[in-house]
Amino acid sequence: MMEHAALPDWALLAYLASGILFILALRGLSSPATSRSGNRYGIAGMAIAMLTTMVTLAPIPPGHWWPRPDGDDLATLARIVLAIGIGAVVGLVIARRIAMTAMPQLVAAFHSLVGLAAVLVGWAAYLSPESFHILGPDGFIAPVSRIELGLGIAIGAITFSGSVIAFAKLNGNMGGAPILLPGRHVINLGVLVLILALVAWFTQDQGMWVIAAVTVLAFLIGFLLIIPIGGADMPVVVSMLNSYSGWAAAAMGFTLHNTAMIITGALVGSSGAILSYIMCRAMNRSFLSVIAGGFGAETSAVAGEKVDRPWKRGSAEDAAFLLGEAEQVIIIPGYGMAVAQAQHVVREMADLLKAKGVRVRYAIHPVAGRMPGHMNVLLAEANVPYDEVFELEDINADFAQADVAFVIGANDVVNPAAKTDKGSPIYGMPVFDVDKARTIMFIKRSMGGVGYAGVDNDVFYMDQTMMLLADAKKIVEDIVKALQH
Amino acid sequence: MDFIAILSIFVLACFVGYYVVWSVTPALHTPLMAVTNAISSVIVVGALVAAASAGVSSWLGLAALCLASVNIFGGFAVTARMLAMYKRKDR
Repeated sequence: MMEHAALPDWALLAYLASGILFILALRGLSSPATSRSGNRYGIAGMAIAMLTTMVTLAPIPPGHWWPRPDGDDLATLARIVLAIGIGAVVGLVIARRIAMTAMPQLVAAFHSLVGLAAVLVGWAAYLSPESFHILGPDGFIAPVSRIELGLGIAIGAITFSGSVIAFAKLNGNMGGAPILLPGRHVINLGVLVLILALVAWFTQDQGMWVIAAVTVLAFLIGFLLIIPIGGADMPVVVSMLNSYSGWAAAAMGFTLHNTAMIITGALVGSSGAILSYIMCRAMNRSFLSVIAGGFGAETSAVAGEKVDRPWKRGSAEDAAFLLGEAEQVIIIPGYGMAVAQAQHVVREMADLLKAKGVRVRYAIHPVAGRMPGHMNVLLAEANVPYDEVFELEDINADFAQADVAFVIGANDVVNPAAKTDKGSPIYGMPVFDVDKARTIMFIKRSMGGVGYAGVDNDVFYMDQTMMLLADAKKIVEDIVKALQH
Repeated sequence: MDFIAILSIFVLACFVGYYVVWSVTPALHTPLMAVTNAISSVIVVGALVAAASAGVSSWLGLAALCLASVNIFGGFAVTARMLAMYKRKDR
């Protein structure tokens, strides 16, 4: 029989309820006000899915709703509770301790766990098909289930090894520079085709070597796919692996005929895919060119044509004076601000300006930070109210009325070359029109360094630009001091 | 349930996911990734089934269970921690 054996109707409905609660969890994130209740829906959905599964693990006698567990079942349950307990403690400790700047690494690490769990579950299903109710009438695993299993294991393994590499790059265990192997496109394509061929062959041959080969090759391809991708493209990679972890869960849901897993897998899969798309659009890169990798490897070529042009240097006192006289200030924070841990003092500066009657707003580029929405979290952590924080398209028209555009730790996202210079590597990327502001304050460590894309920025040399060359945290502290006098 | 019924649920859920995720405000994209990561650990259902089987599978299941639990508890907790930081202007 291919039918899923003997789960009572209430259990099937419980899984459906759990799937719906997961939809509501994501729906809650449409605004910060509803997001906290959304997270509680998610927790409720997970609790329902887990409890339903645990209750129905022991066989349910015909005509009954509940199982009649014996001693062995209870021993199994004890092991299960222990395993969950260990995981729970580890998870809660990590969640409490992690720094918000380290969120991208954490998410990558969590993706790798989902991937590895999918591989382990897939292998368990292969080894004990009777427990998963996937045996066909002939006593072998049903062909459809074999494809689902093969794909689930493959996607899980890719998610695992890819996320491990993404973690190592984001965490600094491994250099951010792309590692380019000769002929990598041919190798990658070959390995992918081989994996698909093996999954197809698995329907004919149930031998363990097939599934083992799929697992090993998928681990390999996850590794090969991520090593050529540079640090600047990591937001896309993390989103993409988020998507994969969803597809892995969905594939396992097909194997188990479980509605909660299928709905969740589809939600997470779409979510990651949409975030990857948003990130690519914000960098004006095609998804394929990001996946092909190598961006950031050839940047030194551009730097040669740099010419000395005049620019103006400002002091903290000059900046404080102009900021204090302004009516409207727009702050453009980039990842450099977070690296310098300057977000708290920037908020302090904004508070002082607001007390003087200045309208202060923050403008966030979609690729500010190391993952989608990262800068918003960093500002929220520094107690910046979320209704003072605006997205690119919502605030870009307002720079013409701004007295000061305050750029801190950002560079490429304010570079007008993206609008005008067809030869620039960042051409076509949506950027802030800071050049329309009356005064631009640009905080930068030195004139030497250029942004991720390695291109010079005309904004440095404009008449209304004041360069504030210093450590971001130090200079904002000095501005705060000057404002207090 | 037959394969087509399951496939139907999957395809419809993809559409639901598409529309729901586009309605998520960009300011919450990091919590979105954290919470999707937590809910994708619903793979724990498979780990539980495996843990209750016999032999090697049960150990694979317990290992998967432990990994998925790190994710579930860690994922929801870190999401809650982030969401608690989003505040309006006080006035």
